[in-house]
Amino acid sequence: MVHIIASASRFSLIIFIAIYTYYCFAALKSNISYARQERLYKKQTTLMYGILVNGNLVLFVVYQDIRILGLMICEILLFIITLLIYKHIYENASKSLVNNMCMLLTISFIILTRLDIEKAIKQFIFAAVAVVITCFIPLLVAKLKVWNKLRFLYGVIGIAGLSFVLVAASTTYGAKLSISIGPVVLQPSEFIKIIFIFFSACMLQETTEFSHIVKTTVIAALHVLILVASRDLGGALIYLVTYLVMLYVATRKPIYMFLGVASGALASVVAYHLFDHVKDRVIAWKDPLSVIDDQGYQISQSLFAIGSGGWFGTGLGLGMPNKIPVVTTDFVFAAISEEMGAVFAICIIFICISCFLMFFNISMQIKDYFYKLIALGIGTLYGTQTFLALGGVTKFIPSTGVTLPLVSYGGSSLLSTIILFAIIQGLYVLQFDEGEDDEEVGQPSKKRRQRS
Amino acid sequence: MKKLDSHQRNEDKEVEIMDFNQKSSNRRKREIKQSQKQKKKKRRSVNKEFAIVTYVFLLLFIGMTGYFIYFIQVKSDDFINNSYNARLNQLQNYSIRGNILADDGSVLAQTTVNEDGSETRSYPYGSVFAHAVGYSINGMSGAELDANYYLLTSNSFILTRLANQVLDKKNQGDDVVTTLNVGLQQACYNALGSNEGAAICIEPSTGKILAMVSKPDYDPNTIGANWDSYVAEDSDSTVLLNRATQGLYAPGSTFKIVTLLSHLQQNKSEEFQFNCTGAFEYQNYTMHCFNGKSHGEENLLSAFGNSCNCAFSQIGLGLDIKTFDKLCDKLLFNKKLPTQLNDTAKSRMTLSEEDGSALVMQTAIGQGNTMVSPLHMAMIASAIANKGTLMKPYLLDYTQNESGTITKRFSSESYGSLMSDEDAATLQQYMRYVVTNGTATPLMSEQYEVYGKTGTAEFGTDKSRDHSWFVGFAKDANGKDIAIAVVMEGVSAGDSHAVPVTRQILDAYFGM
Repeated sequence: MVHIIASASRFSLIIFIAIYTYYCFAALKSNISYARQERLYKKQTTLMYGILVNGNLVLFVVYQDIRILGLMICEILLFIITLLIYKHIYENASKSLVNNMCMLLTISFIILTRLDIEKAIKQFIFAAVAVVITCFIPLLVAKLKVWNKLRFLYGVIGIAGLSFVLVAASTTYGAKLSISIGPVVLQPSEFIKIIFIFFSACMLQETTEFSHIVKTTVIAALHVLILVASRDLGGALIYLVTYLVMLYVATRKPIYMFLGVASGALASVVAYHLFDHVKDRVIAWKDPLSVIDDQGYQISQSLFAIGSGGWFGTGLGLGMPNKIPVVTTDFVFAAISEEMGAVFAICIIFICISCFLMFFNISMQIKDYFYKLIALGIGTLYGTQTFLALGGVTKFIPSTGVTLPLVSYGGSSLLSTIILFAIIQGLYVLQFDEGEDDEEVGQPSKKRRQRS
Repeated sequence: MKKLDSHQRNEDKEVEIMDFNQKSSNRRKREIKQSQKQKKKKRRSVNKEFAIVTYVFLLLFIGMTGYFIYFIQVKSDDFINNSYNARLNQLQNYSIRGNILADDGSVLAQTTVNEDGSETRSYPYGSVFAHAVGYSINGMSGAELDANYYLLTSNSFILTRLANQVLDKKNQGDDVVTTLNVGLQQACYNALGSNEGAAICIEPSTGKILAMVSKPDYDPNTIGANWDSYVAEDSDSTVLLNRATQGLYAPGSTFKIVTLLSHLQQNKSEEFQFNCTGAFEYQNYTMHCFNGKSHGEENLLSAFGNSCNCAFSQIGLGLDIKTFDKLCDKLLFNKKLPTQLNDTAKSRMTLSEEDGSALVMQTAIGQGNTMVSPLHMAMIASAIANKGTLMKPYLLDYTQNESGTITKRFSSESYGSLMSDEDAATLQQYMRYVVTNGTATPLMSEQYEVYGKTGTAEFGTDKSRDHSWFVGFAKDANGKDIAIAVVMEGVSAGDSHAVPVTRQILDAYFGM
């Protein structure tokens, strides 16, 4: 009987998320009315609760652990509060983004409950704390006008922070990432990447004179090099791409982009020959089965999971996702695909794409140049990280060991991503304010709401 | 731009609606529209870079999703059918292992469920199919290993499976139909008799493995009980080894096919004259012909037909070593053979320009450091028979569910060309001459035409014992064809033991 419930729920979960994903894009259509958009977002919320309840009930039936039900109720409360905050306090925030954030968290809660309920509880606490902390961020972003004047501070914190990690961090899976302060384990580079975006935006908004660009690039390169030295290659790549895209858009000169990509490509070739851990990743990517005992073990296990799950998955609790090393963080996508199905997994990819489009959308809309660059940086960072995480797990690209934002287990990653989402929400609020100041033509202000 | 511009377009529309609602004057409406249009234009040009970046990212994501879909739909079955995939062991809890069948549907391996619910795997043909079908315990081998995933995957009628789930019963795993032919397999098994060695038959036009025998063998029905004695450390028994695919032997004179091909390609002519005196000396190394026989005046055709070691030493010395070595790589030496099988040995052939002339001469006649598997030699023969194109050998033909509906087909796949059509045609002439006028005349038949090369390979220090080889192919007027490699280990030197064995196998095949 347990089998039947888990098995049948595969399809209900897939139907829920498929409709949800369809609404993500339906709401982006150009000719959609405000009222219909609102209706879609409301339906999305319902579907999200549907997935949360359905998933947790299946897990409860399979594992018979009462904590699952308790956790589910807490999760529902968290989402109700989050949605209320954004509905009433930040009424101009993007509802699409709020929904997507909650949806990705929902998926994260379900799969972590499946993999390791202790971690799911911790993740829930991280999320609750993050939501509380970050609920002021949109306000701070929209109202405080000092953010574009702190470039010196951003630069110093960035370099000093990363250097500190390089010196003091403990090594996990070959990379130096985390600092332990008492019971708390922090991954500073997750937060410094936000500061890095602010730094780059500050510098690039001023002027695009050559000497200034060189100065900025040197400091940015220093960030990347420290990360390489810490062996955090995924991190280094994310910083690099984010900076290059911001530089390209700010200067509007493709040559910088080409130079950046060329030097990046050269650096990868050098790194391939210089560092064994880079070579290992590439070997494992080319033909994982031939080195399955060794470098290829993890990616092979990931593909076994994805392949064994097939289009519709094995059903929650019926697969063996725990066979994959570090499944809760870097390889969480494989676990989802195994038990909830490839269709479900593809919907997640599209939800991530929808988030990415919302980030770029605000960047194109907003007039303040500094905030334009901030949104661009955040969008690029999110896009790159998501692509590296998903591509690594599916063997589309060599694995770089980065987490899937909002879905992977980990407090630092979760908090920093929720901060990013909150900043973007601040920009949506800010853009509305910009609109108000601009009302010389005399249009009623209410119409602007349609944007969210 | 479409999606991202949506809001701008919304704006236009909104302006229209709002103004309409307000019933403002037409003039004002136009003004607003114009200012909006200008704004839009300006914004679009500023946002050009944004569009490029967005599209690049979208392209990456779409590419990744495409690859993901491709993996799930096309690649995953073959990928997850791996002994490292712990999920396969779990499948045993949900399905009854399916049967393995021969090409005519004869049962080669089956599982019966006993009254107490335990399962017994049995092999009706016993040791005849021992290595080809393999065993399903202790890590598995043969078809049992290659087909493991399919045997444990059920594609029974969906309601049946659902009912089984409700009743907590196991589903019936799919049956796997192999390319093996019972009659031919039995002929190979009988022909080899009590000799140690191997025989493998492949259909050149498709790559189907029709028969595969390795001796000594074991009875898969009792392998569980005898396992310890097979793998005991002090035991020198190698019964579990499938010599057809994993055994490596010196190729002996059968390698002259490769030497000849290299000679033909490098000289682009069949002009060759040699006077064989039974011995050939070059730089203090003397090569002898088989049994010291002197073949007298020879051209290329007769040298190949006589399997003249002296002439082929001369030919080897005339070859450009680098090109020779490259040809061997192209003929799949030193790499994993492109087959459907999981466990195959890599053949070895290494010769460099620094190697002395003695090693060059030895290599040219199939001694030296060269080692080949019977499967590999059969593949080369198969490519020669098939106009130079190698069809990847395969053993699993298709899978079917319990009601006989085909659920997956492993189609015949081309690996590509090992040699040109012309080279293959020339080699065919030479290999035919071996049968009509050379060392394999006992294979002359009214019923079919044989093309091939015999071989006698020295091994170890015992000069009274050799490996006896036959590699070649045969076809009849109806277009029926077969590529074959036979090797017999440590048989008494001096006779072509493999030739009568081949005869027996081919008679059986074309007599069917």
